[in-house]
Amino acid sequence: MTSSHGRGRLHLAAALDQPTVFDAGPYVELARLAERGGLDFVTLGDTFARPGPDALAVLSRVAPATSRVGLVPTVTTTHTEPFHVQAAVATLDWVSRGRAGWRIDVSATEGEARLFGRRHAAPAEELWREAGEVADVAARLWDSWEDDAEIRDVATGRFIDRDKLHHIDFEGAGFSVRGPSIVPRPPQGHPVRVVDATEGQARRTAARYADVVLVRAASAAQAAAVRDQLRAAAAESGRDPDTLRVLASLLVDLGDGEHAAEPGHGGGGPRQTAQGPLYRGGPVDLAELVAAWHTDGVVDGFHLTPVEPRRDLERLVNGTVALLQHRGLFRTFYPGSTLREHLGLARPANRYAVTGGASAS
Amino acid sequence: MTVRSRKEIHLAAHFPGVDNTTVRADPRSRSQIDLSSFEHLARTAERGLFDFFFLAEGLRPREHKDRIHDLDVVGRPESLTVLGALAGVTERLGLAATVNATFNEPYELARRFATLDHLSGGRAGWNVVTSSDAFTGENFRRGGFLDRAERYTRAAEFVEVARTLWDSWTPDGVSRPFAHRGRHFDIAGEFTVPRSPQGHPVVIQAGDSGEGREFAAATADVVFSGWGSGGCPPGRHGTRYGSLEAGRAFYADVKRRLAKYGREPGDLKIMPGVGVVLGDTAAEAQERATEIRRQQVSPQNAILALEQIWGVDLSAYDPDGPLPEIDPVADSVITQGRTRRGDTVVIAEKWRALSKEKGLSIRETVIEAGARQSFIGTPDAVAAELEEFVRRDAADGFILLPHLTPGGLDEFVDRVVPLLQERGVFRTEYRGSTLRSHLGLERPEDRGRSGRSTSGHPSNPDDRRGRGARCGERRRVVSGREEA
Ligand SMILES: Cc1cc2nc3c(=O)[nH]c(=O)nc-3n(C[C@H](O)[C@H](O)[C@H](O)COP(=O)(O)O)c2cc1C
Repeated sequence: MTSSHGRGRLHLAAALDQPTVFDAGPYVELARLAERGGLDFVTLGDTFARPGPDALAVLSRVAPATSRVGLVPTVTTTHTEPFHVQAAVATLDWVSRGRAGWRIDVSATEGEARLFGRRHAAPAEELWREAGEVADVAARLWDSWEDDAEIRDVATGRFIDRDKLHHIDFEGAGFSVRGPSIVPRPPQGHPVRVVDATEGQARRTAARYADVVLVRAASAAQAAAVRDQLRAAAAESGRDPDTLRVLASLLVDLGDGEHAAEPGHGGGGPRQTAQGPLYRGGPVDLAELVAAWHTDGVVDGFHLTPVEPRRDLERLVNGTVALLQHRGLFRTFYPGSTLREHLGLARPANRYAVTGGASAS
Repeated sequence: MTVRSRKEIHLAAHFPGVDNTTVRADPRSRSQIDLSSFEHLARTAERGLFDFFFLAEGLRPREHKDRIHDLDVVGRPESLTVLGALAGVTERLGLAATVNATFNEPYELARRFATLDHLSGGRAGWNVVTSSDAFTGENFRRGGFLDRAERYTRAAEFVEVARTLWDSWTPDGVSRPFAHRGRHFDIAGEFTVPRSPQGHPVVIQAGDSGEGREFAAATADVVFSGWGSGGCPPGRHGTRYGSLEAGRAFYADVKRRLAKYGREPGDLKIMPGVGVVLGDTAAEAQERATEIRRQQVSPQNAILALEQIWGVDLSAYDPDGPLPEIDPVADSVITQGRTRRGDTVVIAEKWRALSKEKGLSIRETVIEAGARQSFIGTPDAVAAELEEFVRRDAADGFILLPHLTPGGLDEFVDRVVPLLQERGVFRTEYRGSTLRSHLGLERPEDRGRSGRSTSGHPSNPDDRRGRGARCGERRRVVSGREEA
């Protein structure tokens, strides 16, 4: 299997994480900065294991303060209700007018399990299988309303065409959901599903259900290998591998300016640290790295986590992104308005809609 | 009227929900999904200096005769996420969401509300509702196992745990471990969110049963009561005097229950849900009210309303003909996913009596009996009546239920609010920045020192923020009226 079908558009995303911040202001500020740089999306992590606000709530607060940038909170699937998760993600898509994503994650520790008292910690393999079921059930619930279900028909007094609302009757290994959803199908049809597939246990779920996959890789070879594997697995599960966007996930520390790049860095790449692969250097060298990996078809783009959020995101946008734009490698404005459009992903068809029928438009 | 102590009125705006309240035929009617609609109503409420904006919840589309019910507005976004967005387009308005205690876990929900409280600078409110129905349970891991009798014991423990979590960080930002072991929850660990601006988001209770009232007296800051609570049928039929007396009885009953939990009458605000229809003259207002009722109750909707009460298929009946002679079926499941609001057999009897007395058809009976419009008249008359209801202890304020999305409160805010202000019974500016301060509620003390659940309602005599001199007067008014 070849690693690439040729170089597609470059996609860039940034993390907004600021663990000790609970006010809205700093998140809004950073998201606007990312939007100024034309980034595809921003992410905000979430875990029950460490202090931090509910990420989806924070990004719903960010939504009316931004207009184009995609908003991707982490929402975990282990101790949450799949029905609530999909409704919240669909609603983020509504309040942002089609800019929502959802980074799927699991809660693997016994400490997290004790916060809920409903089950014990389970092996990652099992949790990711369940996460796959949650991703699946969410998409079914998003489809449980056809796009044109609301008819507001005056003559018959009907508000909806009930034949266009569907019970989904999902039976999973650990839960079942009858449906339909309470939220009409969101603007993007399916908000974008994102999975970090660095760990092997997440990879099958990623290949099957994710639109965007994050890979924490310190070398181009490693990133390319994971991308190849994911594309092959996607094809095996019946998907067109070109509907998958694989982004290299790096920590970036742009603190020391252009001339203090790591000795021997020179475009060589990030190095592995306990927190994950870290790029330390200047914004210009980072642009070189991004351009090189992308041009070689190693990845479809990058997801960058600033070590020092304000400082590094500003340098990223004003330095790295500006340079990539100057070279014609990255968009200078948003031609589309939804996150799917930024990512070059089609709006999915509804699995429950009767095709070829007499349905209008 | 001489100047004397006046109870200040509290006002809230209910976003039109999933039912037939909303008049869709009106050309000004807009989406019930788009953020712009929520923004419009929230901004209107804030312009009117309301205490809070309110969202209802339903966790499964209703089904009637085993099919998804298609006559009413249905489909709405998830409340807490909408409120997160609204926090960004409003500054002072309280933001309250209805969230079911049966189909959630305390840790996650307490965290979501604490986050909203932080993001909004202390404006979060939670309307705690309960459910025991297996129909809704089919959407959840939990299923519908909860016995009806247990719905409030779980809810009470749920709120208790949530408050333990909200209290688990010290006011100066140090996380303390918590542990709770009870009948419904056995959990321990650390909370991820520091103490929020309000300490505890405001807790609202909606439910008219005896258990519901007891739960409210023990735990809630606000009661959202159905109109005509206390057994009096709502609407014109019940007469304004009847509604006032029913409201006074309900008010006295709920407030009386507070003492046994060591709480003051002012610690719990009673806010019935009401509809308002205005006109330049009394006759015009009445005409508009009638027209709105006709639009709310289509012929199809009239039959549906009747089937929900009778519990059987009545599609063969003519909406313009007489009520069925057959008796209603008690405890029918013809409609699923609709919250129970009273004894259907009793309601059927009342409807029959009404129909017989006035010679009304099915549709006319539903129009007349189901009216949710409580205040109909000129702005002056409505302002006077609202004041009277509060002054005479039938309410502490009102949750307004507009019939139009999203402009349904524009006229009220433009025409009635200024009159309430002139009467000196409604604020002319927001004095505080939190929902608690709008409601005149104390900020709860930090009870987390032990790191364990405690019971009873917190109150901190040292923290008088948002509780002005009027509070003492308000208390006097309340206690002095109880047996009048
Ligand atoms: C005015 C009012 C509004 C209510 N709103 C909701 C709601 O939005 N969602 C919900 O699930 N239940 C709602 N309920 C139902 C109650 O929370 C409660 O479950 C129901 O009334 C049964 O409890 P009870 O027997 O104590 O009345 C509402 C009840 C009242 C009286």
